[in-house]
Amino acid sequence: MVGGWSAPLGIELYADGLSASLLAMTAVVMSTAGFYAVQTIRRGGSHTEGCDNDFFWPLWFFLWATLNAVFLSRDIFNLYITLELLVLCSVPLLTLAGSGAALTAGMRYLLVAMLGSMCYLLGVVLLYARYDTLSIPQLGALIEPTSATLTAIALITSGLLLKTALFPLHFWLPGAHGNAPTPVSALLSGLVVKASFYLLLRLWLGAFSGALSPAAGEYLGILGSGAIIWGSLLALRQVRLKLVIAYSTVAQIGYFFLLFPLATSELARSSGHPDWVAMAGSGALYFLISHALAKASMFLAAGCIAHAAGSDRLSELIGIGRYLPVSVFALALAGVSLIGLPPSGGFVGKWLMLTAAFGSGQWWWAIVMSVGGLLAAAYVFMVLRQAVVFRLVDIRFYEVPAGMQWTALVLALLSLLLGVSGEAPFDLLEIGSPFSPPPVDGSVP
Amino acid sequence: MTMHDWLPLLTLLTSLLTGLLIFFLREQQVRARSFLNMTGAGLKLVFVAIMLWGSFHGRSYETRLPLLGRTDLVLRADALAMLFVGLSSLLWFLTTIYAIGYLEKSPNRSRFFGFFSICVTATVGIALAGNLLTFFVFYELLTLSTYPLVVHRGTPEALRAGSKYLIYTLSGAAVLLLGVVWAYVLAGPIEFTAGGALSHLQEEHHRSTLIAIFVLLVGGLGVKAAFVPLHGWLPAAMVAPAPVSALLHAVAVVKAGAFGIVRVIYDVYGIKLTESLGLTGPLAAIAAFSIIYGSVRALVQDDLKRRLAFSTVSQLSYITLGVAIIGPLSTIGGVVHLVHQGIMKITLFFCAGNLAETIGIHRISEMDGIGRRMPWTMTAFTVAAFGMIGLPPVAGFISKWYLGLGALEAGQGWAVAVLVLSTLLNAAYFLPILYVAWFKEPQIVWPERAPRAWFESDWRLLLPTLATALLSLTAGLLAGLSISPVGWVRMIVKQVYRLWTPFLGAP
Repeated sequence: MVGGWSAPLGIELYADGLSASLLAMTAVVMSTAGFYAVQTIRRGGSHTEGCDNDFFWPLWFFLWATLNAVFLSRDIFNLYITLELLVLCSVPLLTLAGSGAALTAGMRYLLVAMLGSMCYLLGVVLLYARYDTLSIPQLGALIEPTSATLTAIALITSGLLLKTALFPLHFWLPGAHGNAPTPVSALLSGLVVKASFYLLLRLWLGAFSGALSPAAGEYLGILGSGAIIWGSLLALRQVRLKLVIAYSTVAQIGYFFLLFPLATSELARSSGHPDWVAMAGSGALYFLISHALAKASMFLAAGCIAHAAGSDRLSELIGIGRYLPVSVFALALAGVSLIGLPPSGGFVGKWLMLTAAFGSGQWWWAIVMSVGGLLAAAYVFMVLRQAVVFRLVDIRFYEVPAGMQWTALVLALLSLLLGVSGEAPFDLLEIGSPFSPPPVDGSVP
Repeated sequence: MTMHDWLPLLTLLTSLLTGLLIFFLREQQVRARSFLNMTGAGLKLVFVAIMLWGSFHGRSYETRLPLLGRTDLVLRADALAMLFVGLSSLLWFLTTIYAIGYLEKSPNRSRFFGFFSICVTATVGIALAGNLLTFFVFYELLTLSTYPLVVHRGTPEALRAGSKYLIYTLSGAAVLLLGVVWAYVLAGPIEFTAGGALSHLQEEHHRSTLIAIFVLLVGGLGVKAAFVPLHGWLPAAMVAPAPVSALLHAVAVVKAGAFGIVRVIYDVYGIKLTESLGLTGPLAAIAAFSIIYGSVRALVQDDLKRRLAFSTVSQLSYITLGVAIIGPLSTIGGVVHLVHQGIMKITLFFCAGNLAETIGIHRISEMDGIGRRMPWTMTAFTVAAFGMIGLPPVAGFISKWYLGLGALEAGQGWAVAVLVLSTLLNAAYFLPILYVAWFKEPQIVWPERAPRAWFESDWRLLLPTLATALLSLTAGLLAGLSISPVGWVRMIVKQVYRLWTPFLGAP
């Protein structure tokens, strides 16, 4: 509780298993990426990518605080504020890279994010006018499918989809994530897009669940499938490593959205087996968390590789595996998690979602996930095969501090560890899970 | 938990830890690396020997660790598992010696041996897996850890082969995963149980689902088991260094597929259910087609390793054929071929690698009179080739004998025709090699053997080859003993058929 006002009026912070695991994820990614940034700065020279700017650390910690606020808030206006703050931190961080491409991408990101926030705010206003409350649990109890409410939901959803960069609204993401300074790319791809997705999840399964027809969930699922296929195909066509990884984010975001049809559709509800919904939920969150770790690891590894080769063009990475084995290994392990191969967090997520898909009779989503996994394998190995090419003539690569390389590997190992950690994460997610019986009011522990 | 419960896990860890430690060694630390390799392989043999002894006396070993919600990671040493574990750990020991000699002075050895050990871990994991999920986890690990070995040389050809390998195996695994998940949804965590984990389901209610799952499972496994037309990766992957072709592509990877099919039919579906779903007929037909097709393609290959690869395609399907012809005798033939084909084919690949490494011979057209320069190697080759053709007393004869008897017993005469035709084809592609090697005049001048050398080639290349050749011979000669592979399989099958389908009669 903040400011002495109790729940509906004041600002209430609230943590359940879901929030707690996302907070932990944020802390891990922020601190490792921060360590990487320190190493970059200590190395100095022309390779700092703007991390030595005076504004870097203030913005960095501000971003961290904001992310925590997003994951803890239970009030749609409060969340609007945190979303805005998120943009205001990430855009300057992105433009610190200083290149022309980064400035353009930053500007575009800013405009898109503003548009998204506007839509969101409009929706919030409409809801407030109708129900006189901003608290998510209270909205969930009051909401009914009137046309004004549906308009509000549509506005809020499209605003958040724009910020989450779900296909076909992903156009701004690759530029922004591919041109930012390396540690910032890791944050943007690993954490920032998750914030708006998290919000969407809370709203759809908490506040809006009474007003939405199952077809809406199907619709998000179709967009998600589009993202998986289209994002992966575009990733295959990139010639720069960081852009490959950025498009891979576009694709992976699609997986998260498969949660909606799996958790809300008619089939899931009528299958009479409540486990499937909970399973889809845990699966998507597993996906989300391991993606955060793996993607951050990939960006950091890509940063090391780009440092060494002087560029991140794939054609210049030939044979780099001999010089940067640790980074390439990190890239490979993170790739394993992205493809969803065992033993990794990505596999656990995929396994749970596949089980939910078959269990609730929606096998077509399972096929999408399989194809997505194969496409992911295609782009991951497109990068890795460059690294193992044998070259007779040795080329000179720049030295990269071991600390930077190992940071990436540690994150990749964590995403693998998630796959063999047994039951602990499940138990954490179960606490106040939005997927098992929905929280009725604000009094849930 | 007692020590016994940890043995399966320890068996895995011997090679896993070895592999991980080797990654940290520098390229020049040859002694440390060889020491680690040999210690790991030796320890594994010791653990496997203990477990073999125990399971011979009816003890069972099981490690169970929480993996994923309600599904555990289960490693269980039952009789069938021990067959595969024994094979792979013994051959790992020999192949490690071979590989140390073969890769002397070539680059990236730490990477090679690291992944090599992880591959073996995955193979042993596949063998010991006690449920479908555990099986799948190690099955994928095998794919991933073999890729760096296939592309080890980093040449454009190797990279192409690597991509082809990945496309085939990952697609297969994706299909397999769908099948596994579906089976879990249908019946909960599927433990491999004698008689079939799914056999309690009402067949009438789930008939089409069961068939669909079976097709997904076997279709996915069929890629590694190299069913035609899913075999394309196997000949391409022959660009890998010889020890990889020998251990992985002749034994571990392809056997993982075949072993998986055996598990699916016996321990997931159960023979009775598989038969009443009408699935054995099509499976036997596919296997028969693969047997003939592989042999025909092998006839026209000039590259020795490619010829051996197509021969693998053909020989592997013996296992599936034996399993798909329902009946105790053919089952013995099929399952024991898992071991027999392994030791014979690894001998052939060892020989091919030795020829390539010592005197630079890769093609059959260059092999005229080679028996004079490399008599021991070609003797080993001859023994193994005779075994492949099925001449007594080499191990391959035993497999074919049981397969043929089993087919007759089950009233499937056509399978005998397939076996005869395949034997003729085997002879047609192996005997010419033997002929040119022993009876033709040498056409080219080979590098002379080093003066004062004891052996015709590096001893690390020659001794493992002779050892496996000797094994294939002994496995055939001593087939009557209960500790021979076929004796072991007879024991498995006896239990199996008494338990599952008593109406078929005891063997």
